[in-house]
Amino acid sequence: MATLTKVLKPILGSQLGNTAKVFGAAVNSQRGKPTYTGRTIPPPAKYGGRHTVALIPGDGIGPELLNHVRELFRFCCVPVDFEVVHVNSASTREDDINNAIMAIRRNGVALKGNIETNHTMPPNHKSRNNLLRTSLDLYANMMHCQSLPGVHTRHKNIDIIIIRENTEGEYSSLEHESVSGVVESLKIITRNNSLRIADYAFRLARDKGRRRVTAVHKANIMKLGDGLFLQCCKEVASGYPDIEFDSMIVDNTTMQLVSKPHQFDVMLMPNLYGNVVSNVCAGLVGGPGLVPGANYGRDYAVFETATRNTGKSIANRNIANPTAMLLASCLMLDHLKLHDYANMIRGAILTTMNETRLHTVDIGGQGTTSEVVQSIMRIIQSSGPLTTEI
Amino acid sequence: MMASALRGSLVTLAKGLSGARLQPFCARSLSLTSSQNVSESPPARADSTFKVTMVPGDGVGPELMTAVKEVFKAADVPVEFEEFHLSEVQNMASEEKLEEVLSSMKNNRVAIKGKIHTPMEYKGELASYEMRLRRKLDLFANVVHVNSLPGYSTRHNNLDLVIIREQTEGEYSSLEHESVSGVVECLKIITREKSRRIAKFAFDYATKKGRSKVTAVHKANIMKLGDGLFLQSCAEVAELYPKIKYENIIIDNCCMQLVQNPYQFDVLVMPNLYGNIIDNLAAGLVGGAGVVPGESYSAEYAVFETGARHPFAQAVGRNIANPTAMLLTAANMLRHLNLEYHSNMVSEAVKKVIKQGKVRTQDLGGYSTTGDFVRAVVANLRHRTV
Repeated sequence: MATLTKVLKPILGSQLGNTAKVFGAAVNSQRGKPTYTGRTIPPPAKYGGRHTVALIPGDGIGPELLNHVRELFRFCCVPVDFEVVHVNSASTREDDINNAIMAIRRNGVALKGNIETNHTMPPNHKSRNNLLRTSLDLYANMMHCQSLPGVHTRHKNIDIIIIRENTEGEYSSLEHESVSGVVESLKIITRNNSLRIADYAFRLARDKGRRRVTAVHKANIMKLGDGLFLQCCKEVASGYPDIEFDSMIVDNTTMQLVSKPHQFDVMLMPNLYGNVVSNVCAGLVGGPGLVPGANYGRDYAVFETATRNTGKSIANRNIANPTAMLLASCLMLDHLKLHDYANMIRGAILTTMNETRLHTVDIGGQGTTSEVVQSIMRIIQSSGPLTTEI
Repeated sequence: MMASALRGSLVTLAKGLSGARLQPFCARSLSLTSSQNVSESPPARADSTFKVTMVPGDGVGPELMTAVKEVFKAADVPVEFEEFHLSEVQNMASEEKLEEVLSSMKNNRVAIKGKIHTPMEYKGELASYEMRLRRKLDLFANVVHVNSLPGYSTRHNNLDLVIIREQTEGEYSSLEHESVSGVVECLKIITREKSRRIAKFAFDYATKKGRSKVTAVHKANIMKLGDGLFLQSCAEVAELYPKIKYENIIIDNCCMQLVQNPYQFDVLVMPNLYGNIIDNLAAGLVGGAGVVPGESYSAEYAVFETGARHPFAQAVGRNIANPTAMLLTAANMLRHLNLEYHSNMVSEAVKKVIKQGKVRTQDLGGYSTTGDFVRAVVANLRHRTV
C-alpha cells in the first residue's frame, strides 16, 4: 500500500483526495497546511476597536527598534496590540518560521525586523525572510524614496516609488550542481506573476497620481526571461492610457539614478534588479535608516525597513536610526485604516528630522536612538492629542 | 535527489501557473499614505478625558451605575459618562431613543450598560431592544470572566475560566412563526461566517491572554447540521493556532463537568443559548450574578456589562444589590481604555474589600448595604493613592 502511494503521489500531484481513500492510503498534507488557503482568509483580528498585529523582532537592530515602536504606540494610545513571534535564525528547523507564518496568517498584518541568513549553512537551509515572502505570497514590495528636507544629501528633491516583484525571479532558490564544479542557478519569470506585479504598479501609479512607470530589465541578454517580463508590462500598460510607460536596461538605470535621478517616477522591476535599485535609491536619499518598505500580497501585508538590513555591527549600541522602522509602522497604521494616528506619528517624525534636526550618526548627527524617539514623543505630546504619561 | 526536488518544485510552479488568476484586489492591498476621507472621530480630545456611553438599564442598574460613578469620582478617573435611559418595561423606549444611544456608542466606541429587561409578553416585536442594540452594533462576542474572588470561599475555589459566547445568531435570531394554529416554528440560525468569526475571536483571545486550551461546547449529535457547522468552523480555525489545544464537549456533559470538576476547562466557546446557560452556571460557581464581570466586543466597539445579566427587580430601592460585578466590569473598561493605573486601583480596592470580609452584601452572606460596600471600596482606594 505504501509503495502504491509513492508511485501515485508524483503522478496525481495534489489531486489525490478521494482517490487516495479508495486506494486506502492517507493523504499526506503538505506540512500541516491549514484549510485557510488563498480563497478564504480568516476574519481580521480586530475586536473592540483594537487590532492585533504580528511582530517578528528578527536579529541585529530589529528587536531594539521594534521595542521603540511598541513604546511609541503605547504612548500614543494607538489601538494596536502586538503578538510577538521570535524566530531563531541559528536553528536549522523550520518550526520557528512556520510559527511566524501562521501568526501572520491569523492576524493578516505583520511588522518585522530582518532575520539573518547565515551563508555558511547548507543550501537546503532556506532564507527565512524569503520563506516568509513566498509562503504568504507577498508578491509586491513597495518602497517610496523621498528626500527629507532636513537631511543633507548630494541629490535633493527625489521622489521615486520602486515596485519590485517579491516572490520569483533570481530568488527562486532553485540551484543544482549536475556536474561537479558546474552550478546552474535558475531564474524563473512567469507570465502570471509579471502581469500581477505590473497591474499592481499601474494601479498604484494611478491611485497616487503618478504619470510615468519605468520598467527596468535586461532583456537584451535574457531575451526570453526579461523579455516576457517586459511584454507583460507592455500589455498592462495598454490598459492604462493615461500613464506613460517606458523601459530602461538596468545598467543604464543605475547610471542615470546616480547622475540624474529626477527623471524617474515609478519604477517596476523583477526581484534582483529591485534589490539593487532600491538600495541605490535608499543611498540617494540618505541611507538605509530612513526608508520604510512594505510587502503586499493579496491577503496579507508585512511591513519592514526597505533595505532589510540586519545591522549586526550596530546592534544594541543605541545608535541605529529608528526612522525607517517608525515610518514602516506608520505605513502599517495606514493599511489598518488608522490614518489619524499614522499622520500624527509621521508628522512628529518629520518634524524631528527637519526642524529640530536631531539626527543619528548615520546621517551625520550625534543623537542616539532613544533621544530621537523621546523627541518624537515630546512633539506628539505637545501637539495636543491623547497620550498616556511619558 | 536533486532532480526529484527540482521536479517537485516545477510541479508546484506548474500548479501555480494553472491555479493563479488575477484576483481583484481587496481594499487592503493598496496603501495610500494619506487618505482624504477621514471618517472616524479624531484622536484629539480635550484634557485627556475619555467619553463613555452609559445605559443604566432596568432593575438595580441605576443603583449599580451610581456606585460606579462614586468610585470613579473618588479615584479621579478621567472618564466622562454620557447617560441614556433606555428601558422597554418602563415605556422609555422608542426608535429615536435607540438611535440616540447607537449614535452615542458609535461616537465613543466604549459603553457601560446594565440589563435592559425584556418583557415576557409578545407585544408585536420579536426582537427585544437589547437584541437590536447588539445586532446594530454587531457585538458578536460576549466574554465572561469567571474568577474566584480571593477571600470568599465557595464550593469551588481558585477557578479561572473564560466563557466566550456568540451573541448575534443561534437561537436568538428572533425568527418565529405559527404557520398552523397551535404549531410554532422557532428558527435557530447558524452561519459559517459567524461561527468562524467567534471561533477566531476565542482563539485570538486565548493567544492574547496566554491561555492553553479552547473547548467548543455544542449539541452536534442532535443538531447535526447546525451545531455540526459550528464545530467544523471551530476545527478549521483551530488549525491556525497550533499552540492552543482544541477540544469539544457536548453541552449536557459540559454542565455536569462544570459542577463536578470545573478545573478541566480554560476557555469555552459556544453558540448563543448554551452560552447564556453556561454563563449563569459558572457565575453561580463563584458566587452569583453579583460577582462576575463581562464584556461584549464587535470589531469596532466594546460594551462592558456584568457577566450574568439580570435586572434583579426585587432589589430595587432596598440597597442590597452587590456592586462587585459592575465595579470589576468598570475596571475592565478602564483597562480597555488604556488607563491601566486606574483600572488596577479600582479592581484591587474591590478585591481587598472582599478579602477583608467585613463588608459583604446579602448575596455573599453579609448584612451590608450597597452604600456601605461602595464606601468601603472608596476608603480602600484612598489608601492606595496616598
